[in-house]
Amino acid sequence: MIRPHRRHPLFLAFLLHRTSGILLALFLPVHFWVLSLALTDAAAFDGFIRFTDLAVVKLAEGLLIFLLAVHIFGGLRLMALEWLPWTAMQKQLAAGAIALSCFVSATFFLQVI
Amino acid sequence: MLTLRLYMLQRITALLMAPLVLGHIGVMIYAVQGGLSAAEILGRTQGSVFWFSFYGLFVLAVSVHAAIGLRTILHEVTGLSGRLLMFFTWGTALGLSVLGMRAILAVTFLTRGVS
Amino acid sequence: MNEPVKTRRVSIWRGEGETGQFETYDVPAYDNQTVLDVVSHIQHYIDPSLSYRFACRVGMCGSCAMMVNGEPRWTCRTHVNKVAGQDVLEIAPLRNLPVIKDLATNMDPFFDKWVKAEAVHHSSASRDEEMMVVLPDDAERKKADAGIECINCAVCYAACDTVAGNADYLGPAALQRAWTLYNDARDAGKQTILEAVSGAGGCHNCHAQGGCSHYCPNELNPMQAIAGLKQATTRAMLKGKL
Repeated sequence: MIRPHRRHPLFLAFLLHRTSGILLALFLPVHFWVLSLALTDAAAFDGFIRFTDLAVVKLAEGLLIFLLAVHIFGGLRLMALEWLPWTAMQKQLAAGAIALSCFVSATFFLQVI
Repeated sequence: MLTLRLYMLQRITALLMAPLVLGHIGVMIYAVQGGLSAAEILGRTQGSVFWFSFYGLFVLAVSVHAAIGLRTILHEVTGLSGRLLMFFTWGTALGLSVLGMRAILAVTFLTRGVS
Repeated sequence: MNEPVKTRRVSIWRGEGETGQFETYDVPAYDNQTVLDVVSHIQHYIDPSLSYRFACRVGMCGSCAMMVNGEPRWTCRTHVNKVAGQDVLEIAPLRNLPVIKDLATNMDPFFDKWVKAEAVHHSSASRDEEMMVVLPDDAERKKADAGIECINCAVCYAACDTVAGNADYLGPAALQRAWTLYNDARDAGKQTILEAVSGAGGCHNCHAQGGCSHYCPNELNPMQAIAGLKQATTRAMLKGKL
């Protein structure tokens, strides 16, 4: 997939935006289903919340926060690129969006461990 | 396969969600402190018009946003177009809205028994 | 320059239409040698049946673009030493366009899209009228000037993954020319241009991957031009004009 003509930073930023978008879209129905257990099966809901105590699940949660953060900050960069006066710093902004996402997801992760 | 109208819908829902996502992340970082419990989550959301509106708006925006995004990817990867692509877009948007609204109702106004 | 030379192994795409394979050739290696020199050497001295396209050899005509080691390049201004190092040199026809034979692609889809994007001059005055004064310092003129050196080489078109995934997508070159004309005070078709770039294959499909701007041999910035079109169409839509 990563052929030579796809190795420049903004392509990788695109790839991250697309991948995170797909994964978040796949996660959403699961997320909604778990929450609706509160309506249909309170015991199962409570059981699932306790399931989040597992270390593996905490890691997955941290990853989800990263995906969400990287999608929103990357998306804000794109909208700034399209609608605000042009800036040549697109690579730096893309890197900044990723750095900010790492910071946010690390903050979350440090709260759960 | 993005026309100007789909593009605008995609961007408007994105702008709408920007503060909601940041709020959601903030709530999560706050909520997980000291561990999660069903009672704690439901205690915050049950009967709350604020959280119902907050997440209701979020669900509607994300349903439209995800449907348009997935539609673009599906077209670019598989070449699917025309009526089938339209069904996919609407199906995704409606499916996510229904599941999402059901989830929000479940934790706000229709919760059955708190443990 | 004519001392006995080393040779370099070169891999060239051979075939007609959709079928074909890479074939290898040993070509004399010089210190100063362009990719086009290599292709020409093969056609002149090894296999005269090799098909490729070139004209000016000085980076002005936009005819000789090919995929060089997987990247789109203007071959007449691409030094072999710069792209291949000690490795094998692999030369293939331009991506995202149908191959006619060997290294020659059919450029029709590329140019047809210029017309579809209304990237053509819409005249605002006849020959009987006074020539319009266009000041070089004018803000609009500067935007038009930014993209005016395009040589239609299709390197950006070959670099673009959105073109690869969406057959209707007009592509960076056509959209950049549409943006140039949109900012040209002499063009009378601004609304026509905005409508042409707002359809299913329009500027809104661009994912800002920036392959176009990364590879443009003239260092133009089609990604910025497309962003300009997105902004102009957004504004027009908010004003109820689109």
